Amino acid sequence: MGMKLRRELPLHFMILPGLLFIVIFSYIPMAGIMIAFQKFIPAKGLFGDQKWIGWDNFEYVMNLPNFGQVLWNTLFIASLKLVLGLIVPIVFAVLLNEVKNEFVKRSVQTTIYLPYFLSWVVLGGILIDILSPSGGIMNSFLKAIGLPQVFFLGDNNWFPGTLIISDVWKNFGYGTIVYLAAITNIDPGLYEAATIDGANRWHKIWHITLPGMRMVIVLLSVLSLGQLLNAGFDQVFNLYSPQVYESGDILDTFVYRIGLLDAQYGVATAVGFFKSVVSLILISTSYFFAYKFAKYRIF
Amino acid sequence: MERTTVQRGLNPALRGRRFEWFPIVNTTFLILVALLCILPLVHIIAVSFSSSAAASAGYVKLWPVDFTLASYEYAASRSEFWQSMVVSLKRIAIGTPLNLLLTIMVAYPLSKESDALRFRLVYAWTFFLTMLFNGGLIPWYITVKELGLLDTIWALVLPTAVPVFSVVLLLNFFREVPKELEEAALIDGASHWTTLWRIYVPISKPALATLALFSMVEHWNSWFDGLLMMGNPANYPLQSYIQTIVIQQNLSNMSRDDMLNLALISDRTLKASQIFLGSLPIILAYPFLQKYFVKGIVLGSVKG
Repeated sequence: MGMKLRRELPLHFMILPGLLFIVIFSYIPMAGIMIAFQKFIPAKGLFGDQKWIGWDNFEYVMNLPNFGQVLWNTLFIASLKLVLGLIVPIVFAVLLNEVKNEFVKRSVQTTIYLPYFLSWVVLGGILIDILSPSGGIMNSFLKAIGLPQVFFLGDNNWFPGTLIISDVWKNFGYGTIVYLAAITNIDPGLYEAATIDGANRWHKIWHITLPGMRMVIVLLSVLSLGQLLNAGFDQVFNLYSPQVYESGDILDTFVYRIGLLDAQYGVATAVGFFKSVVSLILISTSYFFAYKFAKYRIF
Repeated sequence: MERTTVQRGLNPALRGRRFEWFPIVNTTFLILVALLCILPLVHIIAVSFSSSAAASAGYVKLWPVDFTLASYEYAASRSEFWQSMVVSLKRIAIGTPLNLLLTIMVAYPLSKESDALRFRLVYAWTFFLTMLFNGGLIPWYITVKELGLLDTIWALVLPTAVPVFSVVLLLNFFREVPKELEEAALIDGASHWTTLWRIYVPISKPALATLALFSMVEHWNSWFDGLLMMGNPANYPLQSYIQTIVIQQNLSNMSRDDMLNLALISDRTLKASQIFLGSLPIILAYPFLQKYFVKGIVLGSVKG
């Protein structure tokens, strides 16, 4: 027993520094959620003698005239990103798999996930430039083919669509890699057998390739459900402006503005808490189903 | 190759029955989409090397017009640019080794069986829970503030010191290491510490390289924490600096519709050059990135 403990103890020490960081920077902020129930005065400190006001901050937020709109924007933008973000990589992986020229296949593959590695600051800067209503290359192009000019980032009718499409554009390369990996694992014998039976390209995609990807598709769709309240702070923050708050303001940007810019710490924490709780439920549920249907285990 | 031979040999009826339009349409489509992924960047680079007159008149497409380095010279002449570059490099120099060290030290014990490490599941859930739930922006900000880290480099590297997702990847990787190696070391009297650094770490080099790249890209690309935690713009990392001059300025300018004043015109090439500089390390590292990341991404997403 003593021998075993002597062997085990170093492992506990080894994990200690990491644990300390997690406690300080993850668990103390979790405890800080109590701010949501306080009339928080920063000068008194996180664990100071603050005034408790129950659910007042939550009621205040619910009664804000634009809260419903913000919630709607979040759900609308996030769910469209989610659906397109699933479908586009699947389609792309299947099409890419049909390319027999290895050089083309690899070049396309290499190219499509470059945007994934660039920050939203960089991509935001690029989009603002090319989508600009005056002199942006996109509008020059629209003008050249005789279409009207569009203020993509300043028009409430266009802004959500621009967000969704640019998000899919940034991220679809990542998903494509994962799906291609899944396709690579399909037994080539199945295709040969199908060919002998007279199957054409579409039959083979429908009956072999897609079913072969099914597990990964289920897994990634289930896991992405947890992101339903994440409409993408980095992206929206770098692309929006007061003109498009109506269609583009999401929970995270809302928290940032009322919390840090207006210094309403309690109110903003209440919104953040609401979001965290809903996300926790969504993510736990999605992990549960991922385990159930795809035997996915995180550790 | 072999497959087509089989196909032709066994079923000649399928061969040359009609014009094969699909491969051509498909390949063309894929190449077009691939171009859509890099042409915006190529365009920005072209703008950054063009004269401000050509850029503002919209002559620049994919190649610089009236090639000039003026915007880069201007960027380089600003001390704020170099200051923020130094902050970014410092951040990577401190943050990446710290991330790797803590990832290794947390992943190793967690990769053991529960009977070799009491409370293993408690530890594992303690780390994992932080991926499911967090205190949100405001409590996080206040915590960092009350620790007195605002306006120091530590505000950028300490809160993300333990990348839990990397821990999960690495602990799964460690589990694949053959048990016999560790047992042999144990018989030779090696401690856990020795076993970790002499056996596990060397054997996991590809995984660690992936995680190092993850961490570097993360540190380089982060901008919001810099904006939030640094009251003094002199402490901004490069991405935060670019955010303030490219994004924030541009948005305030966009609301004014008449943009044809001179100050703004030279602004455009300047912004383009900063955008390019902000993405340059990623573009340079891309060949390495993609070699390792494909494995890393697949490892992280489709295991199990």
